[in-house]
Amino acid sequence: MSTSVVASPAVADKTSRTRLIGVVEQVLAEAKKSGATAAEAGVNISQGLSVTVRLGEVETIEHTHDKGMGVTVYFGNRTGSASTTDFSDKALHETVRAACTIAKFTAEDDCSGLADPDRLAKDIPDLQLHHPWNPGTDKAIELAREAEAAARAMDKRINNSEGGSLSTHEGLDVYGNSNGFLGTVAGTRHSLSVSIIAQDESGMQRDYWYTVARDAKNLETPLSVGETAARRALWRLGGKKLSTRQCPVLYEAPLAASLLSHFISAVRGTSLYRQASFLLDSLGKPVFSDFVRIHEQPHLKGAQGSAAYDSEGVATQPRDLIRDGILQGYVLDSYSARKLKMQTTGNAGGVHNLTIDPGKEDLPALMKRMNTGLLVTELIGFGVNSITGDYSRGAAGFWVENGEIQYPVEEITIAGNLKDMFRQIVSVGSDVDTRGNIRSGSILIENMTVAGS
Amino acid sequence: MSANTLTLARQSLLEPAGLGDAELARLMGQLMSGRLDYGDLYFQYSRHEAWSLEEGKVKSGTHSIEQGVGVRAVAGEKTGFAYSDDIVLPALLQAAGAARAIVQQGAASNLPAAFRGETGRKLYLPNDPLASLSDDAKVKLLERVEKEARAQDPRVKQVMASLASTHEAILVVRSDGVISGDVRPLVRLSVTVIVESNGRRESGNAGGGGRFVYDYFNQEDRALGYAREAVRQALVNLEAVDAPAGTMAVVLGPGWPGILLHEAIGHGLEGDFNRKGTSAFAGRIGQRVASEQCTVVDDGTIPDRRGSLNVDDEGTTTQRTVLIENGVLKGYMQDTMNARLMKVAPTGNGRRESYAHLPMPRMTNTYMLNGKYDPKEIIGSVEKGLYAVNFGGGQVDITSGKFVFSASEAYLIENGKLTRPVKGATLIGNGPDVLTRVSMVGNDMQLDPGVGTCGKEGQSVPVGVGQPTLKIDGLTVGGTQS
Repeated sequence: MSTSVVASPAVADKTSRTRLIGVVEQVLAEAKKSGATAAEAGVNISQGLSVTVRLGEVETIEHTHDKGMGVTVYFGNRTGSASTTDFSDKALHETVRAACTIAKFTAEDDCSGLADPDRLAKDIPDLQLHHPWNPGTDKAIELAREAEAAARAMDKRINNSEGGSLSTHEGLDVYGNSNGFLGTVAGTRHSLSVSIIAQDESGMQRDYWYTVARDAKNLETPLSVGETAARRALWRLGGKKLSTRQCPVLYEAPLAASLLSHFISAVRGTSLYRQASFLLDSLGKPVFSDFVRIHEQPHLKGAQGSAAYDSEGVATQPRDLIRDGILQGYVLDSYSARKLKMQTTGNAGGVHNLTIDPGKEDLPALMKRMNTGLLVTELIGFGVNSITGDYSRGAAGFWVENGEIQYPVEEITIAGNLKDMFRQIVSVGSDVDTRGNIRSGSILIENMTVAGS
Repeated sequence: MSANTLTLARQSLLEPAGLGDAELARLMGQLMSGRLDYGDLYFQYSRHEAWSLEEGKVKSGTHSIEQGVGVRAVAGEKTGFAYSDDIVLPALLQAAGAARAIVQQGAASNLPAAFRGETGRKLYLPNDPLASLSDDAKVKLLERVEKEARAQDPRVKQVMASLASTHEAILVVRSDGVISGDVRPLVRLSVTVIVESNGRRESGNAGGGGRFVYDYFNQEDRALGYAREAVRQALVNLEAVDAPAGTMAVVLGPGWPGILLHEAIGHGLEGDFNRKGTSAFAGRIGQRVASEQCTVVDDGTIPDRRGSLNVDDEGTTTQRTVLIENGVLKGYMQDTMNARLMKVAPTGNGRRESYAHLPMPRMTNTYMLNGKYDPKEIIGSVEKGLYAVNFGGGQVDITSGKFVFSASEAYLIENGKLTRPVKGATLIGNGPDVLTRVSMVGNDMQLDPGVGTCGKEGQSVPVGVGQPTLKIDGLTVGGTQS
């Protein structure tokens, strides 16, 4: 391979910071000049490299460079927003003007506006989110190739591949508003993944595995990523359909996070004031099994979902959402908080490292506890109604009897209602998946409907 | 008639940047300075706006501009890619240098002596939807939609409506000398209502759009029709009982339920998966994959449709491609790279979300042609089963062939009659054999109202689907009542 890689200076250096802060200040000044009573602006730049190796050969090399600016202006209680990817003076001016034009036509809304000044973050701790890594194209290819090769070497039934991929990403975000808040956050995210295909007389099965970290030294090894992907694909060979039945369902940790994301959708301010939630008026009431604690950890060092302030500049706080199964608080930004006559919870833009406290049992122990039931390792489709809680999704996984895997299953659905499912959590595993913004071990649910043949 | 879209695209993308044929030739020279099979430059300028209403007020509006150039270099199965959001020559030369590093230094590839234009189809007017209605009138349109929904029934508690449009100019400059452009309008209106009765809440959604300006929604009472349709669906759902669980006969209504075809077979027939042998349909051209009653096409040439394109995102003129004819698999959907590697012709299915994404084979408007049965006869033939007429999203695992799609309005069929509405449920099946179990195809083919967005490898593109009423003898319904 050639090594004629374009040199990429770090995007989060001092020059970039100064430049982006300049853009935010310019936009806020333009807004003020245009008569806006308040304004907020966010600017970001990012860059990265992404390579894919398939069947040992380089398939794609992508160089990414992105930037964007978004502004929201307020004229009293009227709001308008606009964004652009062009940072020229002319484009910034026109973008502010576009936002101001929109604000002439939107309705008065007395809940609109910036976050209350006393809630803005004052001290911004270093959460260790920025670990630039520029492996260069050759090294990136080598790592992706090594991971894919590990998968292909596992078994002769691994006979095709969607490739091994390595990607690096570095970004810088600056947010400022006319109440004097100005914050900058630099962050990195690096990942290595393999998607691999196993085949036997029963057909083809694909599975994948990935590792992601803000600091490349925390990535799993290519060998481990490749072998895990291959093992998962091999396990799925010969999948059968189950007959329709009621049984316990065990969500493997990487999927258990999806259950918590449905919970968050239901306690988000927007869903609540629109009355589009199956958890309306649930504050102080039991929502989960009695032993469950779900909390936010925004200040974890180096974690995926860490943030010192939310997308309105409001300081984030560690807090419990569920304690002893009881709902302690909603997920609010300033707007939805005002709609509900409450206070923002620092969740403009979402939750931060949402965590369900792990139990003591690992996955094999949870299977023992389940005894007979379904272990789910893949979900497909979007059959979740957040207004009613009705839940019905496509699934694949394994049938378990006497605590042991019997055979793989596929082409089935699992269904229930989230309100019941949350109350029927029997146990949470110790096998916490920390790769995403939601951290959960495997979750065992007492009973669901499995539809099949 | 409209001005030539290629001329318009050149005017809006190249002229402001001072890029003429000489600069394009220099860029192409930089890009193709190694041993490459193909290279292209993709220029894009798009403006988007969205207005949204809730609680009777249009509370927010957004406007965005996206522009840039994607530069791609292809050698065999290798692709190098870089992009720039500054449309200026030095940035583009740098991107070309990064993209071409995919191959080792070597003899320069052949370059075209001159560029030649490919004009493509004229399926829609290049008009700017954002400017087609005053902002005040956009707000009033949403307010009328809201009032219409509330006027339908006192149980309507919430109405959310949004109006959005995009105006996009694209220009493709290819290493084989072809220059091709398109100017694409796209509008969309969506309505969601929440109804409440005796403490039970349910929702309904409706909407539509296509490659029009906003006036489309004022014609034929469309906007208010969406409001009424959303309320109708929500009220049906208030009466719905738990859905059945298990394998049974399923009748799918016409139009949007064609999402079945998109998930069950469409993705599996995209060229990239078949070239790599990762699709459950790989190597099956000429084999029977559906009942004889099934003929399925992907057609990017239907005027004004959401999934239609004058040229695809690689500058190839779009076409109507027969995927399945009388049950037999006829062909795949191709972009230029996969067509070249599979030694077939491109089919105008090379699409990308934006300049910052690589093109790949994607669907346009995918639908099944009419059969011979009256829809009433189809429902009448089912002793016990499900009739599903509206759907949310769907997804497929193209390797195992397993697909799902989720019903949002469905009814039980008992002894040939629709009896009660049932709650939404996910339907799951196996792509390569589901269509072999289609036993009746209706004569009421409809295309969807213009609401589909397809996601693949993180890229979203607008698509269309359609079908007549059809009956599948056995499909797994993922309800809770076993």
